[in-house]
Amino acid sequence: MSTLVKCAARTLLVVIIAGFLGATLVRLAPGYGVAEEELDARLNADSVQALRDAHRDRGTIFSFYLRVAQRMLHGDLGFSDAMQEPVRQLIAERFPETLKSVGFGLSLGWAIGLSLAILSVTARSAAVDVGTGLLATLALCTPAAVLALLCVLAQAPGRIVIAATIFPKVFQYGRNLLLKNAALPHVLSAHARGLGRSRIFLRHTVPLAAPQLLAVAGVTVGIAFTTAIPVEALCDMPGIGQLAWKAALARDLELLVILTMIVATVTLVANSTAELLGKAAAHR
Amino acid sequence: MKRARLLAVVFLGLVTVSSVLASVLAPAHYSHQFRDDPDAACSWHHPLGTDDLGRDRFSRLLYGTRVSLFLAPAAALISTILAALIGGIAVFSNKWAEQAVMSVTDLFLSLPWLFLVITIRALLPLNVAPLTSVIITFALLGSLGWAGAARVVCADTRRLCESDFMLHARASGFTGFRLLWRHLLPNLRPVLLAQFWISIPVFILSETNLSILGLGVAEPLPSWGSLLRELEGFSLLSARPWQFASLILLVATVSCFHVAMQSEEA
Repeated sequence: MSTLVKCAARTLLVVIIAGFLGATLVRLAPGYGVAEEELDARLNADSVQALRDAHRDRGTIFSFYLRVAQRMLHGDLGFSDAMQEPVRQLIAERFPETLKSVGFGLSLGWAIGLSLAILSVTARSAAVDVGTGLLATLALCTPAAVLALLCVLAQAPGRIVIAATIFPKVFQYGRNLLLKNAALPHVLSAHARGLGRSRIFLRHTVPLAAPQLLAVAGVTVGIAFTTAIPVEALCDMPGIGQLAWKAALARDLELLVILTMIVATVTLVANSTAELLGKAAAHR
Repeated sequence: MKRARLLAVVFLGLVTVSSVLASVLAPAHYSHQFRDDPDAACSWHHPLGTDDLGRDRFSRLLYGTRVSLFLAPAAALISTILAALIGGIAVFSNKWAEQAVMSVTDLFLSLPWLFLVITIRALLPLNVAPLTSVIITFALLGSLGWAGAARVVCADTRRLCESDFMLHARASGFTGFRLLWRHLLPNLRPVLLAQFWISIPVFILSETNLSILGLGVAEPLPSWGSLLRELEGFSLLSARPWQFASLILLVATVSCFHVAMQSEEA
């Protein structure tokens, strides 16, 4: 219970600090409080001054934080100048698409990565070892954006790029972990006593690897969200990755900071859940 | 394994030398336009053809390699120095300061990398001179990529500080800077070097992702990322496989870094 409270408190603290830093970025960004309409040559000096007065933030930086926090607590995430829509609506429309992509990518990536790791450890064949290793290295060395472009060319679903970035990490970590566990004294002793290979693997090698693999699961959530940016931007998928890219190009910092905070919160919750599950698995 | 490492190192050496000699080996300057020859196929004059603006692809690849291959280590150096400083501060300060530093490190580690990079990149002007855009991109990568390395450096520094030889050095009267310079840093060097080498392929791939998204190195300066943007307009019908030359070189180079590092670990 205390671990759960600690994880929740840590997540909350990190979100508050991230929000504070994000608000500072927005407030101190060049061009903050300047309306684009000011560039309109048809406006006279009085109109420009009126626009400036309307957009100028008269308070201190602390009153700015307070206003942002109050607004957020009331569920108002602001208005995106670049997309001309409320941020809350944009996120509500696009987040499910990203969740689908990330969920698919994570499931497929883990399935391929773990299968290849198990194959590489159990097959005991140099050819399998080299083949799986090469495949993982190739995926690890190709940028996600290039994989997304290749998916567009091949008319393949962009979501598989997320799987392609997840599987080499799962494979490498899983393989090393399983190899290490297979060399433990009690596993060697089980071999010496004549127990079946599959029984030893399932009963002794895999359960030992579970807590560490769960910890990696949390990390891969962050990687999947990061990969969603080039994938959604280049494969034209309307998710928050594409939204973040458009916001970056349009310098819509307010939207970007909120997106980063949301993704950071999801990543932190995933990491904390993985940590708790890992601890529970280790206790067993 | 030794042979694979040797091959990887030789390949990296060759790529580095050819990029250093770009001004000698390249048939033209990276921004020179052959206006009569846009989108040309491979020929003696243009070994990898020309792009849609008539610029020689081979020359751009050589100059782009120079940009990516020289600035990624510079970014890796920045991040390693930051990691050493932050990791060192965490170990040598009091417990509260250590916890604060480690919390900041955790915060950086939990923020999704590319979201953070594009947020900070958006804060800076996008319409800057090409050279400034290169410096901004790699400086940004270097200054945001220290967190993972800092955790490793911190753990290793703590381990070294508690080791017998450090205890012996302290008992022999070594303190402060002398202890740090003569005993700690030489033993920390392998960890710092490993972090430096690990960061290089990470920064090369990050720059590529950023440039393909239009948030990295600005035209007309080439980098591996900006060269790969060309693939957006690639058509299977046009059948111009030489457009993939920059992708092959990038994957081969990053793979060589991995092979060299794996062998080092082995």
